[in-house]
Amino acid sequence: MKRFLAALILLLGITYFVLPLIGMAEFSLSMRRGVYSLDAYRKVIADPQFRQTFGYSVVMALLTIVFGVLLVVPTAFWVRLRMPHLRPYVEFITLLPLVIPAIVVVFGYIRLYNTSSWLPLTGSTFGTNLLLMLGYATLSLPYMYRAVDTGLRTIDVATLTEAAQSLGAGWITILARVIMPNVLVAVLSGAFVTFAIVMGEFTMAALLNRPAFGPYLQLMGANKAYEPFALAVIAFIITWACMGLIQLVTRFSKHTKAAR
Amino acid sequence: MTAPTEARPSAGRRLPLTWLGILPFALFVGLFLFAPTLKIVIGAFQSQDGSFTLDNIFGLFTPSILSSYWISIKISFASALLGCLVGFLMAAAVVLGGLPGWIRSPLLTFSGVASNFAGVPLAFAFLATLGPLGLITVWLRTEFGINLRALGFNILSFWGLTITYLFFQIPLMILIITPALDGLKREWREAASVLGATGVQYWRMVALPILFPSILGTFALLFANAFGAVATAIALTGSSLNIVPIMLFAQIRGDVLGNPNLGYAMAFGMILVTGIANVIYIVLRMRSERWLK
Repeated sequence: MKRFLAALILLLGITYFVLPLIGMAEFSLSMRRGVYSLDAYRKVIADPQFRQTFGYSVVMALLTIVFGVLLVVPTAFWVRLRMPHLRPYVEFITLLPLVIPAIVVVFGYIRLYNTSSWLPLTGSTFGTNLLLMLGYATLSLPYMYRAVDTGLRTIDVATLTEAAQSLGAGWITILARVIMPNVLVAVLSGAFVTFAIVMGEFTMAALLNRPAFGPYLQLMGANKAYEPFALAVIAFIITWACMGLIQLVTRFSKHTKAAR
Repeated sequence: MTAPTEARPSAGRRLPLTWLGILPFALFVGLFLFAPTLKIVIGAFQSQDGSFTLDNIFGLFTPSILSSYWISIKISFASALLGCLVGFLMAAAVVLGGLPGWIRSPLLTFSGVASNFAGVPLAFAFLATLGPLGLITVWLRTEFGINLRALGFNILSFWGLTITYLFFQIPLMILIITPALDGLKREWREAASVLGATGVQYWRMVALPILFPSILGTFALLFANAFGAVATAIALTGSSLNIVPIMLFAQIRGDVLGNPNLGYAMAFGMILVTGIANVIYIVLRMRSERWLK
């Protein structure tokens, strides 16, 4: 009885999650009347705007990851090593982007860094791209910091640092050659989440008027019949791939640990 | 846990430079997280010429803005409540339902994906399913002669948006509540049944009171989550449903309210609502961690 009830609940839940995915896939395949075809995907991939926005978002995601890693790894390392009393505060700050809606943050950017301000970032294309990248970094900060901090917890930061120092290593060497390789798995899982977030982000890119993938999706949704669903399937696959890669690197790291 | 490193004896006499290590981080969050938020909060209490005023806050209490807050709160409340309920039932089914163990890991992985699959693509998925030509809509009409539209259901409505939001709300609940369900100790159940408690009594008097702070805390988190969701709503409804994020989006784009500082006040209202919800979450989370370790 109990098992039957549990199976029923689970089945209903799974139905709810699977139906929209089937609906989405079905629509994306039915551009040609009567038969399933990949026409919508062909149309999408042939669209120069798709390539442009997709490429733009990929580059932005990679830049955000590089910036995020360079910012978060040294900070989390330093806080653990020298300023442990600040840890709860830093952790709290990194969670704030989950509290303050992205639309509010970007609203602040637009008013704070407009052409008449002391730092006119929105005045130039490069400046706006930079601002958007920093905005993405803010959005991914909670995930990145959590991942790296958890990674640092599993190693003995103080001993490793002292050992490296007594061998004559400077701070950059310590970070790049001792700490980074040890938290690589954590950094990678943070990076994949960041990638998924940036690829699907809509609000910031739309309000800063940048040609990213998210606003393009919305534009297509308002103007085309079948292409949006092909795009949605692509977006879903990207999210899946990122999460799958996280699982993969985590499992991979467990093996290396067991072998030691 | 790493012990804090001992400060070298000479450190006291040297200029303290330890803080330099977190300077980049402090600059980043200061300039791109705190400053923009403060700008909004201060702007909400300023008139156009920069003097202090409460007019913007009072300006929120006009029927159109009030109704947008009200519908936003209703959608967030409904999707958080249903998300908690369904997520809890699904997690309980997997953890305590006696189902085969291999189901658990795929479900958690899928929850990780689905809770991140928000935004524009999610809106498309639901349009393809419950929209006017969607999979279920068409199926119900051709197979059973049920016309959803005639029954008053419309994907561009309160319930349409709520059902769509559940797609990321339920998985988030599953992800947070599964560890809490794991934390329910077998001994508690045995102790209860030794004392003659039935299954219902165990749940009502032991398990639910222990889980209650986690559930309520997650409810607050889900509420804030739905309240701040912009992209899904815009892609799904365009501007046909006046919820707060859509109104604020239009206001930032083109000053539809005719008063830039009223936009600040709306954004301030959003921070206030999500802020309160998150404070509730944090407080209750600390309470629940006392029991569940």
